[in-house]
Amino acid sequence: MAVTRVAGAGALSRSGGDGTTRARRRRMTVVAYLFALPFILSFAVFMVFPLVSSFLMSFTDFRNSDIESPLAVKFVALDQYLRLFENQQFVRSLLNTVYFVAVGIPLTMVAALALAVALNNGITRFRTAFRVGFYAPVITSIVAVAVVWRFILQPDGLLNTALDAVGIQGPDWLNDPLWSMPAMILMAIWRNMGTLMIIFLAGLQNIPASVLEAAAVDGATAWQRFVRVTLPMLRPTLLLGAVLLSVGYLQFFEEPFVMTKGGPLDSTLSISYFTYNQFGFGNYGTASAASYVLFIAIALLSIVQFRAFRPKEAP
Amino acid sequence: MRKPTIPGRALVYIVLVIAVVATLIPFVWMYLGSAKTQSELLRRPPTWWPKTFTSENFATWFGRLNFQTFFLNSVIVAVFTVLGTLLFCSMVGYALAKLDFAGKRILFLLVLVTLMVPGVVTFIPLFVVVSKLGMVSTYPALIIPFLAGPMGVFLMRQFISEIPDALIEAARIDGAGEVRIFTRIILPLCGPALATLAILTFLGSWNNFLWPLVVAQTEDMYTLPVALSLYSVGQNATNYGVLLAGSVLVITPVLLLFVALQRYFIQGITATGIK
Repeated sequence: MAVTRVAGAGALSRSGGDGTTRARRRRMTVVAYLFALPFILSFAVFMVFPLVSSFLMSFTDFRNSDIESPLAVKFVALDQYLRLFENQQFVRSLLNTVYFVAVGIPLTMVAALALAVALNNGITRFRTAFRVGFYAPVITSIVAVAVVWRFILQPDGLLNTALDAVGIQGPDWLNDPLWSMPAMILMAIWRNMGTLMIIFLAGLQNIPASVLEAAAVDGATAWQRFVRVTLPMLRPTLLLGAVLLSVGYLQFFEEPFVMTKGGPLDSTLSISYFTYNQFGFGNYGTASAASYVLFIAIALLSIVQFRAFRPKEAP
Repeated sequence: MRKPTIPGRALVYIVLVIAVVATLIPFVWMYLGSAKTQSELLRRPPTWWPKTFTSENFATWFGRLNFQTFFLNSVIVAVFTVLGTLLFCSMVGYALAKLDFAGKRILFLLVLVTLMVPGVVTFIPLFVVVSKLGMVSTYPALIIPFLAGPMGVFLMRQFISEIPDALIEAARIDGAGEVRIFTRIILPLCGPALATLAILTFLGSWNNFLWPLVVAQTEDMYTLPVALSLYSVGQNATNYGVLLAGSVLVITPVLLLFVALQRYFIQGITATGIK
């Protein structure tokens, strides 16, 4: 059966393969490439080439002094990767990144989901105004944001003044190794919850009201409806949010770069920041290996999330 | 669905108002602070409403600090990045969605993979490429590398795939060439996707600072965020009023744009899930 089908297909393509069709197809390929050419050129030079070079560099002892004489570079196989995990500072940056991701993602998602649910169900007026307000931090430049947040997080700044009012003595957020990371997480939640809120809001609006009404008629409380109906139906949207957030949060860099320079005592040094520093020191091989570890982590976490959030099979 | 009870709804409003005020406090503080004097900004506990209004902080940017140059650079870079991205991405998006060619699947797969590549992976090789091409401290260095963005290609390809083939076939039968089909049929139908892509690209370009910080090495090439971040270190780090005024100048244009076009922003995020 399969054989005859293949043979038939062959005959078909032969009979259709006369001069005009083939010429037309060739013309089509040329036209398609002309359309794709501007992108392909810039993509090749500014994305694929750098991507491949840093992959290759991660298996060498490449240093910035080798740029003029690349032949002196030695192939070191997996040495860079192995030494990376013996590097205390890298391990620290890895743990910091895990800390940031493990605490930051759930908190951001819960905050965004709470806002989305409140905007979707609880209220009818000023929805647009609230949406604009919660989204505003997303569109603002991190450099400008940093200026203001340094005021907020100073020992006698706005946050501690507010905490003082309820009888809590706040720490010196940016200079205390214990509190610097929570401060970064707070900033990240502020900057990212708006995006997720919008995505979740769109997801909530796609849940048919009839399903929720049916549950209400059956006597489900508001909380039961949320846990048993809304959340399961929101699964694909939650997955999208979690993946987007982890791709972003694993690359954690901008907040410490503008706020703490990775300190105090490396307490906010992330993998991206470690890599950036190694590039700065000229250790291109080390930096490339570290950046590929990050790439692999991003890919792995995305796969894990797709599995965890996969719709449960019907019994 | 049953609506929440009146007290329940009031509670939701109260919580939302508190949350939105907390979210916007940094902005309020920034705007008020930019009009305060240095001595007032140093006062503890911090004041809210300025005791005396001063325009000196802004005067510093417009006078001594060359704001006009930085602003113009930011605008030039953002505008050309947007135009280039729209052109490149819609062209390759059309090829990927509607044309057949060898290597099409590989190209699309590459685009998908690079969506997940962390920026730091390509950072230094990219800098080496740009400096070997002699582009350091030029506009092209600030623009061209961003025309290779996979997100825009993905967005345009998905959008153009939704356009019915019959439309294109009909035009082909009428003797229209591919360029004509692209400019007369595809592009006009891509309005919403192009608007989304334009907004996202503009935002990314306007707020971008790490790359410009590295490749814009002469003052005449600084963009606004670069100027602000260089000003905020070293001896000026304690000129709080000037720093806050700088933040106001960086943030206000996008904030105005956002309030005016907020509907399209929201559409954009829900369409791509990417800020």
